[in-house]
Amino acid sequence: MTQTVAMTVNGRAVTVTVDDPQMPLLYALRNDVGAGGPHYGCGLGQCGACTIHLNGEAARSCQIPVAEAAGKTIVTLDGLGTPDRPHPVQAAFIAEQAVQCGYCANGMIMESAALLAKNPRPTEAQVNEALANNICRCGTHPRVVAAVLRAARG
Amino acid sequence: MNAITSRRGLLKAGGALTVAFTVGLGPKGAAAWTEKPVAGDEVAAFLSIDAQGGVTVFVGKVDLGTGVRTGFMQIAAEELDLAMSRIRVVEGDTALTPDQGPTYGSLSIQNAGVALRAASATARRELLNMAASRLGAPAASLRVEDGVVSGGSGRVSYAELVGGRAFDLKVDTNAPIKPPEARRIVGRTVPRVDIPAKVFGRFEYVHDFKLPNMLHGRPVRPPAMGATAEAVDEASIRHIPGVVRVVHQGAFVGVVAETEWAAVRAARDLRVRWSSWAGLPDQARLWEHVRATPVAQVQVTSNRGDAAGAIQGAARRISASYDFAIHSHASMGPSCAVAEFRDGRLTTWSASQATHNLRKQLAMMLAMPVEQVRCVYLEGAGCYGRNGHEDAAADAALLARAVGRPVRVQWMRADEHVWDPKGPPHLVDLRAGLDAQGNIVGWEAEAFIPKGAGGNVDLTAAELGGLPRENQIHPGNIIHNLALPYTFPAVKTTCHRLDTTPFRPSWIRTPGRMQNTYANEAFLDECAAAAGADPVAYRLRLMPADDPRGREVLERVARLANWQARPSPQRERSGEILRGRGVTYCKYELVRTYVAAVAEVEVNRRTGDIRVTRFFCAHDCGQMINPDGVKSQVEGNIIHTLSRTLKEELTFDRGTVTSRDWGSYQVITFPEVPEIVIDLIDRPTERPWGAGEPAAAIVPSAVTNAIFDATGARLRSVPFTAAKMRAALQGA
Ligand code: FES
Ligand code: FES
Repeated sequence: MTQTVAMTVNGRAVTVTVDDPQMPLLYALRNDVGAGGPHYGCGLGQCGACTIHLNGEAARSCQIPVAEAAGKTIVTLDGLGTPDRPHPVQAAFIAEQAVQCGYCANGMIMESAALLAKNPRPTEAQVNEALANNICRCGTHPRVVAAVLRAARG
Repeated sequence: MNAITSRRGLLKAGGALTVAFTVGLGPKGAAAWTEKPVAGDEVAAFLSIDAQGGVTVFVGKVDLGTGVRTGFMQIAAEELDLAMSRIRVVEGDTALTPDQGPTYGSLSIQNAGVALRAASATARRELLNMAASRLGAPAASLRVEDGVVSGGSGRVSYAELVGGRAFDLKVDTNAPIKPPEARRIVGRTVPRVDIPAKVFGRFEYVHDFKLPNMLHGRPVRPPAMGATAEAVDEASIRHIPGVVRVVHQGAFVGVVAETEWAAVRAARDLRVRWSSWAGLPDQARLWEHVRATPVAQVQVTSNRGDAAGAIQGAARRISASYDFAIHSHASMGPSCAVAEFRDGRLTTWSASQATHNLRKQLAMMLAMPVEQVRCVYLEGAGCYGRNGHEDAAADAALLARAVGRPVRVQWMRADEHVWDPKGPPHLVDLRAGLDAQGNIVGWEAEAFIPKGAGGNVDLTAAELGGLPRENQIHPGNIIHNLALPYTFPAVKTTCHRLDTTPFRPSWIRTPGRMQNTYANEAFLDECAAAAGADPVAYRLRLMPADDPRGREVLERVARLANWQARPSPQRERSGEILRGRGVTYCKYELVRTYVAAVAEVEVNRRTGDIRVTRFFCAHDCGQMINPDGVKSQVEGNIIHTLSRTLKEELTFDRGTVTSRDWGSYQVITFPEVPEIVIDLIDRPTERPWGAGEPAAAIVPSAVTNAIFDATGARLRSVPFTAAKMRAALQGA
C-alpha cells in the first residue's frame, strides 16, 4: 500500500511516495528528496550521522518514521547554508578545519547549529555536553569544539 | 565539488601531456584494463596537462579522510609553479592510476608524495627546456608563474607548450626540486580542498554514488560466524514490495531490491536455516587461548649480547606480561560499494584503500580475467586500516552478477561491527635484569601474535561462498617496534607468529607498532621505577649518542609538559582523586618519524574512573608538507588511540561478536577528550616521513605510566577500564 507524505525540505515543498510508512525519514531524504548531508551511520540513534532539523530541533532522521514527518519543516545540512551564505557554524568548521573524513560532520554541524539557536553563548563544557552523543572516529573533537565556540563569538 | 574526477569528466578532458615515470613495485607490462598509461618504466603516467592548462595528478595512494589529497596538490603545485586551483587529483582507479600499493603504513607522503615530487620536477625541467627554445632564452633565465613561462622574447604557457601532444618522459629522481627557501606552497598550512564540500553536504562519498538503473543489496550474514545456510525461505519476504532476488551460495546470502529500504527489510526478515557453529574461543580465557595457539614461525627481531644470561646474573630481575584487546575499525560510516557488470566487464566503486589488490581479489573470486575488472576509489568514512570496504565491493559484485544490473551495497551497523576484519589480540612477555645501580643489563621481549604481514585480506563473500581466495592471513607488519630504540648492553626480542587467530585479522592504525611500543615503554617505566629513577632521565640515558633527533623529541615533550623530574610513583597519594604523569618515546619502526608524549591523568581511587586530562606530544616527521594537516593527523592519532586504550574491546561468545553497535562497543565521547598540546618539529631540509600513524604508538603506554605515577598500581591490559583499575588499586 503506497502512501504519500508531504513535507517542507530546505524551503521546498516535497511529496514522497512510500510503500512503508515506517521507513525511516533518513531513507526518504537521501534517496527520494536528494539531500546530500544526512548519512546512515548506525540506524540506532547512537551516532548522529543522520541528524537534521525537524521544526527547528535537532533530530535523528534514522529514528523518525517517514509518516511522522508529514507537514513538518525539515532543514538538512545542504540547506543550512551555501558557500556564498554559509551558516556561522559551517564557516567556523572551515576556519578551524574541523573535518577529517567528514562522515560525522553532518551531525556535528546540525547539532551545534541547533545548540547555538537555543544557547548562543555556550561554554566549552556545554558544547561538549551537547555533542556527547555524536561520535567521531577520526578525532576531530578539539577542532569541532573550537569551531562551535568560534561560531558563537560571531 | 568532489576533487575526485569522475570517469566521464576525465575522458572528456582530452589533449594531455603525459609524463611517464617509474615508481614502486607496480607490475611491469601486466595485462590491464586501462584508459591511459598507469604502470611500468615508460608509461606509468602520474601527471597530465590539458589544453586549458589544467593539471591532473594520478596517485595510487588515496585520501582516507586524512587530507593527503591536499598534500599531493601542494607538492605538484610547488614543483610546477602552478596555482593549486589548476590541479585535480585522481586516486586509486585501476584504469587511471599507478599501483603504489595499499594506502597504509603512514607512507602516502613518504612514498607517493616523493614520487610525485620527482615526476613534477622532471616535468618542470622538460617544460622549461621546451620554453627555452620557443622563447630563445636559456632555461635558467626563465621564470614560471601559474603555469606561464616568461623571459627572452615573451611568454608561453604550459598548455601552449604541450598543445595536447602526448609526450613520454622518464622520471629523473635527481631532477632538481625546489630548495626550502624557494618554496611557496609546500611547508605552509593550506586549507584542505575537500572540507568546504563536506561542510555544505555536497561531497560525494561512495555512499552517495548512484548509477542509472541501480538496485540495492544487503548481505544476510550467518548468526554464528562459521555457520552455513542450509535452507533459505524466499517466501518469507514475498510480502515486501520491490524485492528482486535472493542470492544464496554456501554461507553467502544476500538480497537485492528496487529500493534501499526494501533491501533493508528483506535482509532483516528473510528466514534462513543456519547450521550451528561455536568455534570461537571463550573470551574469558582469551590469553590462555593465545598462549596455546601453535606457533608457525619464530622471528627474532633484535639480538645483541647474551640477554638471557645477563638477566640471569643480574642483581635484580623483573618480568611482566602486557596484553592488548581485539579491536574493530568501527568506522563511522558502514562499508559501502557499487558494482556494475557491463559487456562482460566488472567495475566497482568503493572506498578500498588498495584498489589494485582488490581488483585481483575480485577477479580471483569471480574467476574473471583481471583485465576485465576495474576498481575505482571513492572516499568513504575514515577506515584506519583495512575495514569492510573491500568486502562490501565483493558483496556488490556477487549480487550485481546475479541480477545483471548495477547494485549498491551498504552494510548495516551490526554488519560493520561484527564482520570487519579485526585488530588481533596482542600479547607480550617482558623480562629485564637490573644492576645494583638500576641500569638495565639485559632485556627480553616475546610477542605472541598471528603470522603474516601486509597483503590481501580475504574477501568475506569469497570465504562464505566457498569461492576462490588466497586463504592466508595478513594482519599487517605487526612485528615492528618490538626491537627498541635504546642502547641496552644485551637485548633479544622475539615474535612467536601464531598459526591462527580467532577473527579474520587486518591492520588497524599503527598495527603492532602500537602494541609493541605500549608493552616496551610501560615495562621500561617499571624498570625506571625499580631503579628509583626519573622516567625521562632514565630514557635519555639509554638514547644512542648518534640519534640526536630522538633525544630532541623527548626533551621537547618534557619541556612542553613542564615535566618535574622525580621517580614514579609520586609520593602524594591521599584524597579521592589521584594525579600523575607518564612519558613515552617511539622511533617509528626504528627508522622514521620520532614521537614522544606526556599524558596527565586523574584516577578516582573509589570508582576506578580514569580521566586523561592533558596530553602533550612532540613530533618530528621530517619535512612537513602541510603543517596543519600534520597537526590534524597527530590529534586524530591521539584521540582515536585514547579511545582504544580506555574503552574499546571486542566482545564475543562462542559463535559471534556480541559488541554489535555503539552501545556495546563504546568509543571516546566529547567530554572525555583531553586538552591536547602538540609541538611539531619542522625540518624542511630533511625528507618527509609519515604522520598518519606514529603518534598513535605512544598513547597507551603514556597513559598506563601516568596511572602508575598517580596510584602506584600498574595496568597491563588494554583497555584500561574502571573495573581493572579498581582491581589493581586493591592489589597495590
Ligand atoms: S544513523 Fe541515525 S544516529 Fe546513527
Ligand atoms: S571526521 Fe571522520 S568520523 Fe569525524
